Amino acid sequence: MSVMNTGGNPQLNSHGELNHLLTIEGLPREVLTRILDTAAPFSEVAEREVKKVPLLRGKSVFNLFFENSTRTRTTFEIAAKRLSADVINLNISTSSANKGETLLDTADNLAAMQADMFVVRHASSGAPYLIAQHLAATGRDHIHVVNAGDGRHAHPTQGLLDMYTIRHYKKNFTGLTVAIVGDVLHSRVARSQIHALKTLGVPEVRVIAPKTLLPTGIERLGVRVFNDMREGLRGVDVVMMLRLQNERMQGALLPSTQEYFKSYGLTPEKLALAKPDAIVMHPGPMNRGVEIDSAVADGSQAVILPQVTFGIAVRMAVMAMLAGNS
Amino acid sequence: MPTPAKLPDAEALCAALADAMRGHVDPAATALVGIHTGGVWVAERLHAALGLKIAPGSIDVSFYRDDFSQRGLHANARTSQIPFDVEGAHIVIVDDVLYTGRTIRAAMNELFDYGRPAKIDLAVLTDRGGRELPVAPTWCPHSLSLPAAQMLALDRAADGRLSFHVIEK
Repeated sequence: MSVMNTGGNPQLNSHGELNHLLTIEGLPREVLTRILDTAAPFSEVAEREVKKVPLLRGKSVFNLFFENSTRTRTTFEIAAKRLSADVINLNISTSSANKGETLLDTADNLAAMQADMFVVRHASSGAPYLIAQHLAATGRDHIHVVNAGDGRHAHPTQGLLDMYTIRHYKKNFTGLTVAIVGDVLHSRVARSQIHALKTLGVPEVRVIAPKTLLPTGIERLGVRVFNDMREGLRGVDVVMMLRLQNERMQGALLPSTQEYFKSYGLTPEKLALAKPDAIVMHPGPMNRGVEIDSAVADGSQAVILPQVTFGIAVRMAVMAMLAGNS
Repeated sequence: MPTPAKLPDAEALCAALADAMRGHVDPAATALVGIHTGGVWVAERLHAALGLKIAPGSIDVSFYRDDFSQRGLHANARTSQIPFDVEGAHIVIVDDVLYTGRTIRAAMNELFDYGRPAKIDLAVLTDRGGRELPVAPTWCPHSLSLPAAQMLALDRAADGRLSFHVIEK
């Protein structure tokens, strides 16, 4: 089954099963729900004496990180190892890319080493898609591609682990009001979250950010935009904070981080405007005192560390489902 | 494919299985592990009938199946729950129907990832033949022969009654 000829969604094979995970956008609700349902039994594996199941025994998973991210790479590595796969980590920013090898040359070389799965993080939007397309065009789409974050485009496993976390604490999605707060402009996480929340039927998704950190036309994704954080947080069930991406900040989008914290930092006082049982999420790594106050980050409503734990189970589910859909 | 004239009475087999096990299990020390879904129901019955102290566990072998590379991940994988310490335990694996033996192998592999049991026994309601692995039940009150195209499955009605039915593959 080729990435090119499935028309509707290049991630699905001809049976409508997930062959690659590139973006949440366009995935049917049943596929998202199935991933979340599958993640639940995987979370129990971590409680065992032997934290491993044999599903990916003999398979080789290549972590291709063209952009550094210790945490994401580590959780993918743990997930693959708990599935008994052999994991090869490549930090390509420090490797062949500097010698002039192209993205597709790298993919070809690793495919020639009998890779079964590529986990790809890249600063350019669409890089994992390009690899999947290239594999299909050359008859090698038995190799599965997982997008671990591409440019400003998507970070689907983060979006899925966030949905798993919300479902864990709130039981279902219908009837929730969810606010996404912060640097939406540079955030692939925000895009994946919005697509996932809308697909799973969350009736009200809000984005809260200064105008300079919002992409134009964000309303078209079906979200309500707030520039005033206090107004936007009123009555919400879930607060999803985004990291202020200092390293991506070009030009003067913000006066200063102190100024940002004053207007858009999540403090106990602002959180009090949300529902009393609201949960606080953050994809990490956190900038304490910039987008989130330590009193909130370490407080009783924060579910930031459970997010990390759930992330391993969700990534195990995704990798096991892809590997099983050959 | 014709259905066999008479399917076994699942309720009677539960009672017969409990009778066969009585005296061979230690109510204070033996632990049951049912295999999803039918085996879990049978394990609940045996647990009550034999007056066992240790709460029964349940196992879903989806992550240990040997046909993963052909069939992919089972759509409705459930969480395995082993509420007791497997290390050094006497465990009885409970299933409704014994067939190829592959599920039992997968269940034993999974149990060993929780620890090293002192002893594992196998209790099933019925043995339908067709073994593909050297697996034999410790207790099994019934056997029948079914063609490969038919699957024998256990049902539980709203009132809790267990019954067998045949599914044509």
